[in-house]
Amino acid sequence: MEKQHSRAGSLSRRDFLKVSGITLTVPLVIGPRVLKVAGAEVKVFGPGRVPMTFTINGKTYRAELEPRVTLLDALRNEFELTGAKRVCDRGTCGACTVLLDGKPVYACSVLAIEAQGRAITTVEGLMQNGKLHPIQQAFIENDALQCGFCTPGFVVACKALLDRNPNPTPEDLVAGLGGNLCRCGTYVGIRAAIAQAARMQRGG
Amino acid sequence: MAERDAMEMAEYKWPEPERRRLIGKRISRVDGPEKVTGRAKYTYDVNRPGMLAGKILRCPYAHARIARLDTSAVEKMPGVQAVLPLKKVGDEILWAGDEVVAVAAVDEPTAEDAIRAIVVEYEKLPHFVLDTDPKAAGERARPAAEQVEGDPDAAFREAEVVAEGLYGMSLITHCCLEAHGAVVEWEGENNVLVHISTQAVSGIAGQMAGPLGVPAGNIRVKQEHIGGGFGSKFGPDSWGIAAARLSKMAGGRPVKIMLERDAELMVAGARPSYYGRVRVGAKRDGTVIAWESETWGTGGIPPTSPLPVPYVLRIPNQRKRHIAIVTNSGPARAWRAPLHPQACLLTMAALDDLAAALRMDPLDLLLKNIELAGERADVYREELQIAAELMEWKKRWHPRGDPSPGPIKRGLGVSIHTWPGRGHACRCDLTIHPDGSVEVKLGSQDLGTGTRTAIAIVVADTLGIPLEAVRVRIGDTQYPPAGGSGGSTTIGGVSSAARRAALDALDQLFARIAPLLNASPDQLEAWDGRIRVKGDPSRSIAWEHACARLDGMPLTVRGENPGPGELTTAGAAGVQMADVSVDIETGIVRINKMVAVQDCGLIINMKTAESQCYGAMIMGISYALYEEKIMDPVTGRMLNPNMEFYKLAGLADIGELVVHMMTGEKYDRRGVIGLGEPPVISPGAAISNAVANAIGVRVPFLPLTPERVLEALAKKGGSHARV
Ligand code: FES
Ligand code: FES
Repeated sequence: MEKQHSRAGSLSRRDFLKVSGITLTVPLVIGPRVLKVAGAEVKVFGPGRVPMTFTINGKTYRAELEPRVTLLDALRNEFELTGAKRVCDRGTCGACTVLLDGKPVYACSVLAIEAQGRAITTVEGLMQNGKLHPIQQAFIENDALQCGFCTPGFVVACKALLDRNPNPTPEDLVAGLGGNLCRCGTYVGIRAAIAQAARMQRGG
Repeated sequence: MAERDAMEMAEYKWPEPERRRLIGKRISRVDGPEKVTGRAKYTYDVNRPGMLAGKILRCPYAHARIARLDTSAVEKMPGVQAVLPLKKVGDEILWAGDEVVAVAAVDEPTAEDAIRAIVVEYEKLPHFVLDTDPKAAGERARPAAEQVEGDPDAAFREAEVVAEGLYGMSLITHCCLEAHGAVVEWEGENNVLVHISTQAVSGIAGQMAGPLGVPAGNIRVKQEHIGGGFGSKFGPDSWGIAAARLSKMAGGRPVKIMLERDAELMVAGARPSYYGRVRVGAKRDGTVIAWESETWGTGGIPPTSPLPVPYVLRIPNQRKRHIAIVTNSGPARAWRAPLHPQACLLTMAALDDLAAALRMDPLDLLLKNIELAGERADVYREELQIAAELMEWKKRWHPRGDPSPGPIKRGLGVSIHTWPGRGHACRCDLTIHPDGSVEVKLGSQDLGTGTRTAIAIVVADTLGIPLEAVRVRIGDTQYPPAGGSGGSTTIGGVSSAARRAALDALDQLFARIAPLLNASPDQLEAWDGRIRVKGDPSRSIAWEHACARLDGMPLTVRGENPGPGELTTAGAAGVQMADVSVDIETGIVRINKMVAVQDCGLIINMKTAESQCYGAMIMGISYALYEEKIMDPVTGRMLNPNMEFYKLAGLADIGELVVHMMTGEKYDRRGVIGLGEPPVISPGAAISNAVANAIGVRVPFLPLTPERVLEALAKKGGSHARV
C-alpha cells in the first residue's frame, strides 16, 4: 500500500504571479518599500491590502486590495462591473477583455495594482449618451451572440480592432479576434457584425 | 371565413402564413441589449451582500481510498467560515478531481489558502482510463446482449460488395464558458435561495430538498442568464449542495461556488467515447442490405449503452454487439444530442466507405437507400438535393482521393441526421394589464437559443400587438413550472403553452369587448394593435382601449403544454455537407465550406433558428478537428484541463458556412420541433467523409488531428473493401 501526501492541485495563475515577482521574499509590511533588485530600485507593495485608485470608463474608483488581485477580480468583485468574465483564467479565451489606454488586454492576466493611472474601458463603458455603440447594435442585429457569456469580451475586442483598423480584411479579423473563443459558435454573426459596424463607422 | 377562424381558435392551431407578422421572421433577440452591454447577470455575476467564496479540495488520483483526512488546521484559519468534508476516511474515489472537502472563506484567495492547508492521505488503487481497445480492458469490459434483426448472415452472403471499417470519437467535454456553480443562502432555518447556472430552473428545488432536509417549496431558485449548458447542467451537483451546507454552517451567509476551469473540464461532464468496427453489405446497384457492428466506448463508471446504429437508415438485416468499458475517466453527462453524433459517424462513414467500394458517389448511395429513412424519406430527398446545389456537389465531387498534384488535397463529404424534439411539459401565466402591456411568466430558461424572444414572438403575434409590448419573465421558481431545456424540447413546449395562453386570454378579452363593437366574441380578431370585427375592420377598438375595459383588474390566464391541439411534434431531419482541404505533408485539415439544410417544422424565429445551425456546425467542426479529453494512462488524469490544450474552434477555423432552413406549408403543418441538437449531429461524419474523399483513406477516429491524419496516410495502401 502506497501512502501519498497530497499537495492539492497544481500551481494556480495567482501563485505564479506571486512567485514570479519578488513579493515572497518580503516580510509582512503594509505600504510600499523600496528594494534593490538586480541593481535597480523596485517599489514593493503588500502582501496586505494597499489603497488603489483606478480610472474606469472615465470615472474614478477606489479600493483597498491585495497586490495579488487581478484587474478582472477587482472589476468584478469590488466595483460590480461584471461584464468581463473569468473563463480560462489564464490568457487564452478573451472573455475578460478590457481596454487599457485603448489597447485590448486580458484582465485576468493584469494585476489591478499595475492598471492604476491608466484609462480602463470595460464593456459597460461603450454606450454613449444611453445609446448602444455601433458594434453593440451590429452584434444584436446580426445575432452575434447566443448565451452571451463570451460577448462582452468579443465586443471590446471588436472595438479595439476597429479603432486601430477601420477597414479590416478577413485576415485582420482573424488576427484581431483570434484571442477570443466562443463555445456557442457565434463567429458567423460576429463576422457580419464587424463588417456592418465598420460600414456604419465609415458613415456608410 | 369568420367561422373558420373561430373554429381554428377553438382548435388551437398556429396562424396561417398571411396571419404571421412575427412568427417565422428574422427577429433580433429581446435580451440582446443586456448581453452586449455587459449588464446581463449570470449566476457567475451574482454578488450577494456578505457573500463567502467556496472552494473544493479535489482528489488528484484516478482511483484511491481516503486513508487520512485532517481539516483541523483549516478550521482555525483566519477568514475561514465553514469547512465541510464531502468524503470520509475509507471512502473510495473513482476519478481524479472528485470532491473531498469544501470550504467557505471571506474571499477566494483565503479559500484557496485553506484548501491547500487540508491534509489528506490516500491509498492509491489501480486505475484504468484506456478506452480504444476492449481487449485491453479485461474485466473492465462489460458486453451487452447481442441485438439481431432480420437474417444478417444470409444478407451478407447475398451481398455483392461488403465494406468494413473502424470509426470512432474520443471523449470530449462540454466546456461551458460559464462554469457550473451556484450561490446559495439561507433565510432563517427553513428557506433557501439558490442562484444556479442550470438548464432546469424548475427542476432544481426538488433535487435539493432531500439533501437539505427542507420542503422543495421553501427553496427558491433563480437564474437570469446561463453561459452554456449543452446537456451538462440539470442537477444541483455535489458542489451546489455543498454551497448550501456551507452557507447553513456559516449562519446563512451566501456561499458562491463556481468551478475553476480545470475542475469544469475534469468533472463537470464529458461526452462518452464510442468506437466501432462496422461491416455493411450491398447489392452492386447500391441497395444496402446488411449491417454488422461491434462497438465499444466509455462514459466513466456507469456502462455506456448500445448506440442507435445503423443511424437514420433502417437497414433490414442487422447484428450489433456493444461492449461498455468502465474507466476512471470521470463522469459523463448528456452532451447535445446524446449518442447521435457517434451513431451518425459510425453509420455515415461506413456508408461512405461502402460507396467508395462500389465506386459510387455517396450522395447517390444515400438517395438510392433513402426509403430506409421511413416516414421522413421525402424530406431527406428534398434536403439532399438542396444541399447538393448549395455545395455544387455534382460539379465538384470526385471519386475518393484528390488526383490533383501538390500536397493540398480537397474533398467533399455528406451526412444525414434526425432528432425527436417534441415540446416538453410546460406551464405559463400570461397577464394582460389594463394599460395594454402583457407579461408572460414561466420557470423556464434561455440557454442562448432565444427562448425569451420566441415566447414574446408567439404572444405578440397571437395578440396582434408589437413585440415590445410583451415582457417575458423566466428563470424563477415563483413562476409556473416549465420543463428542463434538454432534448431540444424547450421551443415546442414554451411556444405551445404561450400560444394556448394567448388564445385563451384573447377569448376572454373578446367576451368583454364584443358588446362594445356590437358583435359576438367569435366574430372578433386581434390584428395590428386593434381588436376588430372580422370582415369589417371599421368596427374596431385600439388594443390599449380594449385593455382599459378590464376595470383595473389584470387578466391572467394559464397556458399549458401538452394541451388541446397539436402545436408541437417530433422528428427533425437534416443534411450536412463539408468541403475540406487536407495538407498531406502536415496532416492539417481546414474547412473550406459547410452546408446545413435543416427541417424543424414551423419556425418561430428565423434569425435565431439559423444561429442554432451556424453554432452547431461550429461546435461540430470543433469536435471533429480539435476537441479531446486526453486521459493519461500513467496517472489516470486528464492531461489538458485548460483552454490552451483543450482546443475549441476559433474564428479562423470555420470556413464559409451556409444554412438553409426548410419552410413552407408541408413543414409548418408539423408544428414546432426542437432545433438545438439536430444540426450538431452530422458535422463529425460529414467532415470525416470529406477528409477520406480528399486523401483517399479513412482517418478512423475524431478529432482528426494532424497526427491521426498522417498515421492514416502512412497506412494507406491496404484497402478494407472486399469487392
Ligand atoms: S479569462 Fe482571461 S483570457 Fe480567459
Ligand atoms: S455566445 Fe455562448 S460562448 Fe459565445
